[in-house]
Amino acid sequence: MKTTRGRAPVKKKTRRNPTAKKTRTSSTRNQDALLLVGTMKGAFVLRSDKSRKKWRIEGPHFRGEAVYALLHDTRAGRPRTFAATNSMHWGPTLRTSNDNGATWSEPGPQTVRFPAESGRALAQIWQIAPGRATEPNVFYCGVEPAALFESRDGGESWEPNKGLLNHEHQPKWQPGGGGLCLHTIVLDPQNPRRMLVAMSTGGVYRSDDGGKSWRARNTGVRAQFLPEDQRYPEFGQCVHKVVHHPNRPGRLFLQNHWGLYRSDDWGDSWHDIANGVPSDFGFAMQMHPHDPDTVYIVPIEADTFRATPDAKLRVYRTKNAGASWEPLTRGLPQTGAYENVLRDALTADSFDSAGIYFGTRSGKLYGSRDEGATWTEIAAAFPPIVCVKTGTGGAS
Amino acid sequence: MITVELPKALCSYADENSSLVLEASYKTVGEALLGLREKSPGALDRIMDEQGAVRRHVNVFVNGENIRFLDGLGTPARDGTTIVILAAVSGG
Repeated sequence: MKTTRGRAPVKKKTRRNPTAKKTRTSSTRNQDALLLVGTMKGAFVLRSDKSRKKWRIEGPHFRGEAVYALLHDTRAGRPRTFAATNSMHWGPTLRTSNDNGATWSEPGPQTVRFPAESGRALAQIWQIAPGRATEPNVFYCGVEPAALFESRDGGESWEPNKGLLNHEHQPKWQPGGGGLCLHTIVLDPQNPRRMLVAMSTGGVYRSDDGGKSWRARNTGVRAQFLPEDQRYPEFGQCVHKVVHHPNRPGRLFLQNHWGLYRSDDWGDSWHDIANGVPSDFGFAMQMHPHDPDTVYIVPIEADTFRATPDAKLRVYRTKNAGASWEPLTRGLPQTGAYENVLRDALTADSFDSAGIYFGTRSGKLYGSRDEGATWTEIAAAFPPIVCVKTGTGGAS
Repeated sequence: MITVELPKALCSYADENSSLVLEASYKTVGEALLGLREKSPGALDRIMDEQGAVRRHVNVFVNGENIRFLDGLGTPARDGTTIVILAAVSGG
């Protein structure tokens, strides 16, 4: 793969769409790159210098345990890394690392746990999300069965969000193929009282009062698995992922269990943007770190055949907020590739020339140092990959 | 007195002990396992979930019998009983 440092291809975009505001969300100059990969049999930590040409692979950590959620956070001025592990025998555990994933905690009692009166038990942690920049000790967990937990002490202790826990719709939320999971947490960086979550199945819910109450926000989102005259319900959709750019937070992009959508009003309404994709089914969706108009997805043929269409491994990218999509294929197999990329297995770093990374259920890890123009295979035979996240620091 | 024998995977939650002795008296296996809360809450959370159910892929044996085929957590745990915790047929 050619070196692309110094290029700034996103400049074109500002001309194409004058509403797009290209911004750098965090400075990564002189920082090392960190790649966290969760698999069905443990987690791998990959380190590189800022060139991201060569990766040093460490792991697997948590041998034999599934790792569906990872997070690297530096808001408090020091690295804190979280891993949600799940042993087939001994259940789920939330672990932490203070040295960029080199060593990990072995907590005693479970820290994320449902209250006895809820009648529910934690099956899996699907998402770990940082709070706002102004609240460096706030973290959120999305879990199965669908619920949201919050920590205000840096992840030491966790409390369930009671508004969702006791929501009137809760008894009617149903598990999808992966379980009844709350997998997406989106915060409004400007309004501390607003946040949005998504679950399969249940759909999108938004709170405008700091998490006290939640309203379903699924107008326009299809539920293809329901009878024809019931396909646009208030809730019950199988939303797979929602992303937004912090500099344009009210505009959301949504990958559905059949359906690709955009909302320009914080989820009050959704509009189809499946313009030129081979399939609008898929799981993964990733925002470009600097450009609010650019989003990446990996279309999958169908729910009944969860493989890349036409046996081609293609990442699709829109650079105009969904008006059109283009396939990104250079360096990816275009024959015989029956791959699947799960909802948290596509990610981006925040370097100037953004790195895009994804892992497949067949255990292949790919990366692009030039925003998706070209790809290289970083690892060929990991266990099935379910989660890929990025960070900075700790390479040396 | 009840003895709980832990598998190697759980010894780290019990100061590397593979055997824990519970001095109190208990009527049932369920009560005895909850007695682990004091000595090893980490091990307890890996054996049972927060609703007090034995995890699906954990086997609990009392005097050589799997409690699934006895009275479950209601199986009597008389003084001198040994409870053996094992990973069931499963894995990652």
